[in-house]
Amino acid sequence: MHKGRAKLLQGNEAIALGALAAGCNFFAGYPITPASEITEFMSRELPIRGHPFLQMEDEIASLGACIGASLAGRKAMTATSGPGFSLMQENLGYACITEVPVVVVDVMRAGPSTGMPTHSSQGDVQQARWGTHGDHPAIVLCPATVLECFELTVTAFNHAERFRTPVILLADEMTAHTREKVALPEPGEIEVIDRRRPTVPPDWYVPYKTDGSLIPRLADLGEGYRYHVTGLVHDERGFPTERLEEVQAFSTRLFAKISRNFPYLEQVKAFRIEDAEILVIAYGCTARAARAAVRIGRERGLKIGLLQILSIWPFPRRSVEAALEGKRAVLVPELNMGQVRREVLRVNNGRTQIVSLTKMDGSMIAPDEILARLRELK
Amino acid sequence: MKNKAPSLPGARVEVRLAGSGGQGLVLAGLVLAEAVGIYEGREVAMVQSYGPEARGGASKAEVIISDAPIDYPLCTSVDVLVALSQEAADAYCWDLKPGALILVDKDLVAHPPSSLAVALPFTAIARDKLKKVMVANVLALAAISELTGLVGRRSLEKALIARAPAGTEELNKRAIALGAKLAREYKTRQTGEALPELGSEDL
Amino acid sequence: MSTVHPSIVYDWLRHDKKFPHVWCPGCGLGIVLGSLVRALARSGLGKNEVVLVSGIGCSGRLPVYVDVGSVHTTHGRALTFATGIKLAKPELTVITVMGDGDSTAIGGNHLIHAARRNLDLTAIIVNNQTYGMTGGQFSPTTPLGARASTAAYGHIEPAFDISALCATAGASFVARATVFHVVQMDKLLLQAITRRGFNVVEVLSPCHTNFGRQNRLGSQIDMMKGFKKAAVQASRWDKMSESEREGRFPVGVLVDRDRPLYLDSYKRICETAARLRAEGQI
Repeated sequence: MHKGRAKLLQGNEAIALGALAAGCNFFAGYPITPASEITEFMSRELPIRGHPFLQMEDEIASLGACIGASLAGRKAMTATSGPGFSLMQENLGYACITEVPVVVVDVMRAGPSTGMPTHSSQGDVQQARWGTHGDHPAIVLCPATVLECFELTVTAFNHAERFRTPVILLADEMTAHTREKVALPEPGEIEVIDRRRPTVPPDWYVPYKTDGSLIPRLADLGEGYRYHVTGLVHDERGFPTERLEEVQAFSTRLFAKISRNFPYLEQVKAFRIEDAEILVIAYGCTARAARAAVRIGRERGLKIGLLQILSIWPFPRRSVEAALEGKRAVLVPELNMGQVRREVLRVNNGRTQIVSLTKMDGSMIAPDEILARLRELK
Repeated sequence: MKNKAPSLPGARVEVRLAGSGGQGLVLAGLVLAEAVGIYEGREVAMVQSYGPEARGGASKAEVIISDAPIDYPLCTSVDVLVALSQEAADAYCWDLKPGALILVDKDLVAHPPSSLAVALPFTAIARDKLKKVMVANVLALAAISELTGLVGRRSLEKALIARAPAGTEELNKRAIALGAKLAREYKTRQTGEALPELGSEDL
Repeated sequence: MSTVHPSIVYDWLRHDKKFPHVWCPGCGLGIVLGSLVRALARSGLGKNEVVLVSGIGCSGRLPVYVDVGSVHTTHGRALTFATGIKLAKPELTVITVMGDGDSTAIGGNHLIHAARRNLDLTAIIVNNQTYGMTGGQFSPTTPLGARASTAAYGHIEPAFDISALCATAGASFVARATVFHVVQMDKLLLQAITRRGFNVVEVLSPCHTNFGRQNRLGSQIDMMKGFKKAAVQASRWDKMSESEREGRFPVGVLVDRDRPLYLDSYKRICETAARLRAEGQI
């Protein structure tokens, strides 16, 4: 338990508070259920601190404004749900290629299209990974509790700043709208990472030249470092290039700066998996049902355990691989048609039996449903 | 005076507050959650209905109360159901725990889901005695407190005053007192004890 | 207006990095670039105080030639990025350069809302009445009846009047220039850059490679002569009859007004919010 005073908080409020704790000082958004509470919260809190809040004309504009603000040195966030997230894919790719830190919250709701705005879903898992066109790395985090909403939003900002990349917080309607009693960490207890800015004089600054970290230093616009930012593939100086060796080097680095940090990015929570014969792998709201199922199942003598995934992309291959070891079967419950199951299958590579529990009717998967599915595995 | 109902397990108690949009069930859920969570130090989670159902139609709030961290935040087996409309009583009675406390508005729910339901005139009393129909939800909360001991009246009062608009403190205190009185009256009827008539000093 | 010494112009360009430019010989964008650089040199602003933002298309390539902070964004979205930059750092002078398709088709929504919001931004909209970079498809400003790569049988949609659109949407300052009227363009750009509010300068520019060729308008010189013939100074335009206006358009300052400035209003909001918090009211 953290030191802070206990409060009754909604997931969406915790996301907004997490952003503020991480140093978010710019927000642009567009109203959409079930993410509007985040935008409303920021519209009240940012002006108090003298920071910009914008309600833009659409989600495209919201992310555009965030990227612009981030280039000018702000820590920016936007929040949306599936339909708006689809619109953001264009500028998400821009943030990837220009390497601009920004946090995008997608509170998933039942889709496709308008779907069921007030019902939970986990249908955007693969969109969060592959939504924007072209090959690109992605960092996506998935909270299941109100406290995790807070903590993972802080982590999202830290990853965005550290790796100079957009980071997606993939929440769901259930998690975002659930209220829980939580004690949030005090400011001193929170690690806040800021982007590395150039230390050389402007004349020496080569905007996309990197040191061993593969992550270039980012200068704020208007600080004397006059450089060019473009969505075209660019050379180290930031100018468009089509030279084969420069293009290849660029794309390779864009991936490598994330992939060489896979172990650092992996985030999972294990619950009673040591002696488990059957493993449940779950994330977001479904992980809570799975945890309840494990609790109840254990009371009934079932040897089951849960691996909750928090860092859903890059997929936590090492942790999942280790957890699969020696299990008789693995159940992946999710509110989609099996978007994470296919990743588990990939990692499993034929070792153990992987079964799915999918639901697309807008309601939650209940602990009983997981237990019933587990019984079928006997 | 707290009466712990024997039907409520200590580990995890599930409360569902249901009615139609505008009856303040979501606010009631918030107040109950804060009363238990903040003022009584227990773990609490709350989920409410959203969208069209929150504005007219059947609306609900679910509050899970526990001494251990709460995993699943939705009701799976309801311990306490409050229904302030027939539609809500019909829609949200399918997952009651055997022996659950069913508390309905006597005048608005003509056909309670069970013959064991406790029917009290929350809305009528709120309207007639307090001239504010909207505090029927507060009366219901006080009745839960009185009948189950799940939450203390003082905690309810504190949580309510922190949430409700300034200037409504007296009204809310009176509503809590009245709700508790209604419930006490009911209990007395059940046990056959005589209870003095509801006097003006209680208001 | 003071003359700008060529060496100052040279100083504002990324002369050692990005030239020769990508545009077709005779394209009007080079003239717009020259005019913009002269306006910047005259503005008294330093190179570190200016950020140029563009979208996609031939105009999108303009900022890279200027030695300021330059951001080449996504198609139609320049104003959204510019809005973020300006609010993040209000002390910067933020100028967007967009094309007609860029700003009024894919970015039309952003344009009208930027005008309505009235944040201190300059929008230079280079209108060549076509999608030049992608091969001459029709844009929202392609004239009715004209030919385009996607209007082989003649264009059947009426055209937007960009200046009128921006004026209606609420821009503080709206002016139109052509690349033929360079001295006037210099002046209008300087006015727009140094003035507060959302300020638009629509610049008519020839695309002889695509629009001109498909519509048999002759060389770039012929198209420039066409601008000279059709353009009427705004002061005279008001006195002209409907029939005299046929086939012509006004140039010069079309709108110049004071509207509430977003930054000032936002500052007041912040003060109110901070006061309410200090008083414990929120």
